[in-house]
Amino acid sequence: MKFNRIAVAFASLLLVTGAASAQGAKPNDAQIAHIAYTAGLADIANAQQALKKTKNKEVRAFAQDMARDHKAVNDKALALVKKLKVTPQDNDTSKSIAKGQADARAKLSKLKGAAFDKAYIANEVAYHKTVNGALETVLIPSASNAELKSLLETGLKIFQGHLEHAEHVASELK
Amino acid sequence: MRAGLFFTAALAALSIWNSAPASAETIHVVIDKVAYGPVNISARVGDTIEWSNKDIVAHTATNRDKSWDYMILPNKKASLKLTKAGEIDYYCKFHPNMKGHISVK
Repeated sequence: MKFNRIAVAFASLLLVTGAASAQGAKPNDAQIAHIAYTAGLADIANAQQALKKTKNKEVRAFAQDMARDHKAVNDKALALVKKLKVTPQDNDTSKSIAKGQADARAKLSKLKGAAFDKAYIANEVAYHKTVNGALETVLIPSASNAELKSLLETGLKIFQGHLEHAEHVASELK
Repeated sequence: MRAGLFFTAALAALSIWNSAPASAETIHVVIDKVAYGPVNISARVGDTIEWSNKDIVAHTATNRDKSWDYMILPNKKASLKLTKAGEIDYYCKFHPNMKGHISVK
């Protein structure tokens, strides 16, 4: 339940960001790149924690997939911002994502065994829903560079796959 | 006479070639933007499916019945020879939103 509350708090923060963008304060490409990169880093950190704690084969495989895919997407994003000579710019959405997931990991660190596995996967389901929603409604529509937009679109399809995968693992854990 | 004989021989060779069973083909599937292309394939027993991964992340081609499971890294290929007729549903176990179908006759 605690994790659901964190996810809801994070979702409302993104809704606020979304509302601000509807009023014309949409994030620029430097901020979008920072948000996408930060979201990826947070999920890699979540995966690394899971790899240290879980003994469940499916949860371990899922965490390995998250670490590998988010690193691949972030490496591509870094190469792209370098090519475009864009310096990623920190912003409130990036800060709220980093803090939200750091808080989630702090709570997860107190859990063990099956309780950890369930809570980790539940957080992954909620987190991917939130990030995918932000990509669809704010980040992709706001991106002005075509290559950045294309990378975000491919990223969204990859992360939609992660969400389905996480939901499948969650159903197996019940 | 010689030309006529040659023509007859050529014709005979051609008819032998024509009556031979269709040779096995390699069917190429490109994985791009988290999708198999084409999604649906019609193939014959003896054909080979070759997947090429053009994406930035690893994918799999995994049979729903679990009889085969190939991990395909970025810029790498995997292939499968089709040995029996049937309908095959496969997917990517890393990204289950990627689905493909092979109809083998």
